[in-house]
Amino acid sequence: MEKSKRFGIFSVILLLLSLGLIFTKGFNLGVDFAGGTLIQVKYEGTAPIQKVREAISVDKSYESASVTRFGSDDEIVIRTKMSSQVLGEDVGKKMHGLLKDTGTFEVRRVDMIGAKVGSELREKGLMAMLIAIIGILIYVSFRFEWRFAVASVMALVHDVTIAMGMIVLFDVEVNLDILAALLTILGYSLNDTIIVFDRIREGIRTIKDPDLGAIIDESVTRTLSRTTLTSLTTFFVVLTLFIFGGEIIHGFSFTLLVGVIVGTYSSIFVASPILMWLGFSVSDYRLKEAEKVKRQKEKDKMRAMYENGTV
Amino acid sequence: MKMLNYRVILLAFALIFGIVFSIPSLTQSEQGKKITLGLDLQGGLHMLLGIKSEVAIDSKIKSMAATVKYIFDDEEIIFDDLRINEDQTISFELLDMDDVLKAKVLLTKEIEGTTFSENGLKFVVSMTDEEKIRTEQNAISQAVDTIRNRLNEFGLAEPTVAKQGEDKILVEVPGVKTQEDKERLKKLIERAAHLQLMAVDEDRIARVSTMSDAEAKSFGNVILADVNTPEKYLLRAIPVLDGSMLTDAKVGFDDQNQPLINFTLNGQGAKIFGDFTGKYVGKRMAVVLDDKVYSAPVINERIGGGRVQISGRFEFSEAQDLAIALRSGALLAPVVIESERFIGPSLGADSIQASSLALLLGFVLVVIFMVIYYGFAGVIANIALIGNLFLILAIMSLAGATLTLPGMAGIVLTVGMAVDANVIINERIRELLYQGKSIAKSIEDGYNNAFTAIFDANVTTLIAAIVLVVYGTGAIKGFAITMGIGIVASMLTAIVGTHGLYQWLLPKMDKKKLGFWFGIKTEGVK
Repeated sequence: MEKSKRFGIFSVILLLLSLGLIFTKGFNLGVDFAGGTLIQVKYEGTAPIQKVREAISVDKSYESASVTRFGSDDEIVIRTKMSSQVLGEDVGKKMHGLLKDTGTFEVRRVDMIGAKVGSELREKGLMAMLIAIIGILIYVSFRFEWRFAVASVMALVHDVTIAMGMIVLFDVEVNLDILAALLTILGYSLNDTIIVFDRIREGIRTIKDPDLGAIIDESVTRTLSRTTLTSLTTFFVVLTLFIFGGEIIHGFSFTLLVGVIVGTYSSIFVASPILMWLGFSVSDYRLKEAEKVKRQKEKDKMRAMYENGTV
Repeated sequence: MKMLNYRVILLAFALIFGIVFSIPSLTQSEQGKKITLGLDLQGGLHMLLGIKSEVAIDSKIKSMAATVKYIFDDEEIIFDDLRINEDQTISFELLDMDDVLKAKVLLTKEIEGTTFSENGLKFVVSMTDEEKIRTEQNAISQAVDTIRNRLNEFGLAEPTVAKQGEDKILVEVPGVKTQEDKERLKKLIERAAHLQLMAVDEDRIARVSTMSDAEAKSFGNVILADVNTPEKYLLRAIPVLDGSMLTDAKVGFDDQNQPLINFTLNGQGAKIFGDFTGKYVGKRMAVVLDDKVYSAPVINERIGGGRVQISGRFEFSEAQDLAIALRSGALLAPVVIESERFIGPSLGADSIQASSLALLLGFVLVVIFMVIYYGFAGVIANIALIGNLFLILAIMSLAGATLTLPGMAGIVLTVGMAVDANVIINERIRELLYQGKSIAKSIEDGYNNAFTAIFDANVTTLIAAIVLVVYGTGAIKGFAITMGIGIVASMLTAIVGTHGLYQWLLPKMDKKKLGFWFGIKTEGVK
């Protein structure tokens, strides 16, 4: 626990950096949340990005469109804030026409999200996050104790914030799938934290020493292999997803990758110190548990007496 | 071997169940329930439509006005200045005091959902609030049915049309391959197909080019343009008939082999049409579709058969689509495309390939790791993992769940997470073995102690999955469902299943060979 100060400072620095990035550079909101149109085009041979840019800029309303490479050399993605509603025409069709002379191509995908739907999805997304966190708070309080719940939620918020910081840093396009990845991190990162907490809960019951710090140290050391190994197996699969899963879910797998790494780190080095910091007292907890057991015994005695007819 | 305990039987059952019900999906056979592939894996068009229900009310009022006119004409009640006002009321003035009572009776009996007030000979008819709400609500379900009918006739495989939320419509059409098909579909869906037969105001039409819309309105008329030429027509605002009286619309050809549309009216429509054409011989009648005049032929004689024709210099595919739209009924409230996603077929195939590759590699990595690190215990975990994967596939096939690209990622994730349970259990068993407990006791205690941690961990991930199912749409929902099924299935295979296998193989386990069975060094054990 003495080292916890060092890790605490490290975490705080990461958090501040992430928050800084989020509020200055800002998210690269994809069409799902910002509205607009996205067209994925595959060319036979290398995609002539410059030609495409020129072909599009002919039409004034598409001036702010961006053209970038998508995964491989022959595939590009054209993004514009315009949606068919605003322009009153089918953007996909228009693009097809504008790009006619740039080469042999195939339109692989068109996403058009009106601004209204975009803002609704943003709202829904935030709602979903909030509800997930509340659900988790309630469940963990119920299974452990409220301080465990708060500590685990704080560790989660720490994880998600750093994940978001990385998303901003690497310019990952934020769409619905990134939101799904973040929610998955919420659920999954908690796994590790719970493994450690479960051990601590057991340690409180069995280890004689009432010093929480000592109990935590011992529990964390004993579960180190459990936590790292479960994270390792998940890390393997997420890594293969990231490398081989294709460009479309690249942002998704990247987010998961960051989440798995940060989640493991926080479960070991962040969640438990917060528990101490919140003033969790081992003796109080033991007293409460003892109370619970006593009350249960009395209930059972009452029931037995009732059944025997002595009451 | 010896005791087949209930857990092993359960595992065997799960394995067989899983494999048997996965086979149809894996071999793509004709029989048996297969997994439905999401649009992002098989390609297709996905749209979210919004609806302008206020327009439905306007249409309803027009329809009511037309009915008032027809009924009064039929009963020979003379009236003047029948018009639709700004505030969506219908007003008219009777000319004969004796008709007032008859008019009141007719209005109450024949036109539902209205109330009226009268001031001497002047009447004002308005829609009740309940009727307005009913019309708006009906507009959405009517739109869903209409669009579904149109898509079904278009001939593509199994489109999905459903109400989403309070006021949106979800449309999914798998298998749309080309840009042209996509555009035809969109046109078909967006098209209101509101057909009206309107009388031309022959008295004033000469002045149509100089008249303003407001002026036209004051005469009870409306100015509409021709569909192909810039010509304008001055038409009586209240239609003679509208498309609700259509029973059929078919594509036909005129003598120059140009496509045209023949449509048939129902009994009441035929009667109204007959009466109208009988009275207006020599005058023109406009056939108006979606507020554009397609033709305005002169009425030569009374037309009794209830057959009408529109020709408008159509292309054949346009005529076909128009006929489909007319047959399926008009969209009383126009739809607005709020979001649209189109996935081409090649992208879908590529996505399946990429994610399958990731799944295979991830699976292989985990399997190898488990065997190297845990020895035979790892093999047991791997058997459970295989069972888990087949179970997921089987459950999804039977439940008709949709597999999306993120869903595939969800399966890959499950591979990593399902083994977690086994890691926890095995570590616990190792710990107990190091403490010197017997193999049997280590296994039993290991499972007992590890269970709480695994259970809590899985429940929290499930909470996240449930939230995603409730708040997510389309592909994300698929991901959450797949992950949820994976977690639940893993509790069966990874916990119960492996426990059973251990119990089954227990007699064979030798404390001297712990390296083989659990991958640990025997020297560390007491």
